[in-house]
Amino acid sequence: MAEPSTISPAPLLTDELDIVIPTIRNLDFLEMWRPFFQPYHLIIVQDGDPSKTIKVPEGFDYELYNRNDINRILGPKSSCISFKDSACRCFGYMVSKKKYIYTIDDDCFVAKDPSGKDINALEQHIKNLLCPSTPFFFNTLYDPYRAGADFVRGYPFSLREGVPTAVSHGLWLNIPDYDAPTQLVKPLERNTRYVDAIMTIPKGTLFPMCGMNLAFNRELIGPAMYFGLMGDGQPIGRYDDMWAGWCTKVICDHLGLGVKTGLPYIWHSKASNPFVNLKKEYKGIYWQEELIPFFQSVTLPKDCTSVQKCYIEISKQVKAKLGKVDDYFNKLADAMVTWIEAWDELNPSGAKSAELSNGASK
Amino acid sequence: MSLAIKDDEVDIVIGALRSDLTTFMNEWRPMFSRFHLIIVKDPDLKEELKIPEGFNLDVYGKPDIDQVVGSSTSILFSGYSCRYFGYLVSRKKYIISVDDDCLPARDPKGFLVDAVAQHIRNLTNPATPFFFNTLYDPYAEGADFVRGYPFSLRGGVKCALSCGLWLNLADHDAPTQALKARQRNSRYVDAVMTVPAGSLIPISGINIAFEREAVGPALVPALKLAGEGKCRWETMEDIWSGLCVKVVCDHLGLGVKTGLPYIWRTDRGDPIASLKKEWEGVKLMEEVIPFFQSVRLPREATTVEECIVEVANAVKERLGSMDPVFARASKAMLDWIKLWQSVGSSSSRSSAV
Repeated sequence: MAEPSTISPAPLLTDELDIVIPTIRNLDFLEMWRPFFQPYHLIIVQDGDPSKTIKVPEGFDYELYNRNDINRILGPKSSCISFKDSACRCFGYMVSKKKYIYTIDDDCFVAKDPSGKDINALEQHIKNLLCPSTPFFFNTLYDPYRAGADFVRGYPFSLREGVPTAVSHGLWLNIPDYDAPTQLVKPLERNTRYVDAIMTIPKGTLFPMCGMNLAFNRELIGPAMYFGLMGDGQPIGRYDDMWAGWCTKVICDHLGLGVKTGLPYIWHSKASNPFVNLKKEYKGIYWQEELIPFFQSVTLPKDCTSVQKCYIEISKQVKAKLGKVDDYFNKLADAMVTWIEAWDELNPSGAKSAELSNGASK
Repeated sequence: MSLAIKDDEVDIVIGALRSDLTTFMNEWRPMFSRFHLIIVKDPDLKEELKIPEGFNLDVYGKPDIDQVVGSSTSILFSGYSCRYFGYLVSRKKYIISVDDDCLPARDPKGFLVDAVAQHIRNLTNPATPFFFNTLYDPYAEGADFVRGYPFSLRGGVKCALSCGLWLNLADHDAPTQALKARQRNSRYVDAVMTVPAGSLIPISGINIAFEREAVGPALVPALKLAGEGKCRWETMEDIWSGLCVKVVCDHLGLGVKTGLPYIWRTDRGDPIASLKKEWEGVKLMEEVIPFFQSVRLPREATTVEECIVEVANAVKERLGSMDPVFARASKAMLDWIKLWQSVGSSSSRSSAV
């Protein structure tokens, strides 16, 4: 049970951030997060059987959506939201009205730093998002804006202001985010290494984005955070966050936005069944060999100046180039378009889906 | 997964900018004593070197440099660049180099860090430049590739360069250090990671290691600032050299790692005094970085030497008219390749002082 640690003077962004949690079981894990989460609004996306009641611990301010709600709100467009997979969480991103999102899995708990202190993961994510990124040149001392650090010799001054941060990708102690084959080979491996760093992932570099402990600026990149077609009726699972991550990174690179990875850590408590995982991932393991070169070679035209435009363009290229890998990608490309249509319907344009000028690729 | 290497495959190359190396050598003795050392004395240093007993080493000074290199080169092996002479005459597979004002660091548990062993570990384990692993070095104990990492990329590529970091006095430029006069780096980041292909980084010469056989000629002693001095704040030669190496590695499919090991860099120098000299270097970076970001090597350049010649020509063409320091750098790079081909690859060694 988390001790109420020294909480910073006032929790930041309480009116500007929603915590999105997909769940199929229960939300007991929230008790441990209470000191850090209670000031914030929660969006619970209930997956699976909508007739089941998910109990939310007392004292939290929340809205909860089950499958019936999703169908009601989106109508036919609800086809783009996965069922029986935590990918359904992206519905929460769509209905949120806040500027920032933090999403966390219901088997993730508060971790401790090497000094034994509880880690306020949300606070660290907020710091990461509010602080610039530096994608154009790697700083060997990692995050230059952190207390005690700075840019190193040789780092051009013209690049030291950085760019806005769109995504903050956190990590996990205890059960690491391994794929099924690795889990099968190393069932006992636990991540005990606390790497005290936050860093910007360089422009042009792709990474495997995990949705377990993730925060992003919804206004800057929200529409790119579509978690794809997974779960029930789909040939693949456990690639939802990967898909969103590759699309997001390509778009961030194009628009001159930053993606950070590193702190904060959460404690991942549950290892899912590797045999079940293997069945879900199986196709993905083969497909990612095509997907990575695809995303590495995606180029977006200069007139794609908004996230939505970039995303639609990617969906066209998915259809054109990945449709032949498997018909699944044709369906996915269509779902990507449906997602954007649904996003724009629920988030009528204004300041929120602002056009961004292409970042100068210096 | 790492290759087992023999002690006689390693040279530790030290550029001596200070004459009294007693403390330096004694502190590093537990890590250095197994290996052969090459100590190159800065030609501008007047005093005799003081080196404690018990090491297997060769010492080179100005007379040796003049004898081997002759006077027909534009390369000045002075100041921090003296160590490149050591790279040239070494015949070992791996080279590890640290500045002579650095001592072994301690990790958060209080144990002395064996920087040599860590560099060797970095160089003998694959690098993974084509896709970022969010758990950093996948070959480290207790780590692996994460979900979503393509299996075809898990074999990695050879790691040609290992860039370490610094506790205490970090490698900041003079303006930064002058502004934050009392800031010292106390954050021990327990990670090694591969710098992604296509990404440039400022490679500090303070604490590096490389596979000489793979990329030796790419570490070029070329960019000499007009006001270059005897403090790192007053140089950019290593940053230039590192950018060349990274561009070449990216082209040839070799890896560059950054992170562990840490060394402890002792306080010295006055950043405000250096500001006057080093300001030139800081300004030059504004031109240098975009240049290296846009350099493209032709497919026909398949060796390190060919790649460096291409970069040197591009430097002359695109930067030569901007500042004489670039024209000189281009010439130095070409001379370096010629020198490497005549001296660097041959099996004979010049005698020690």
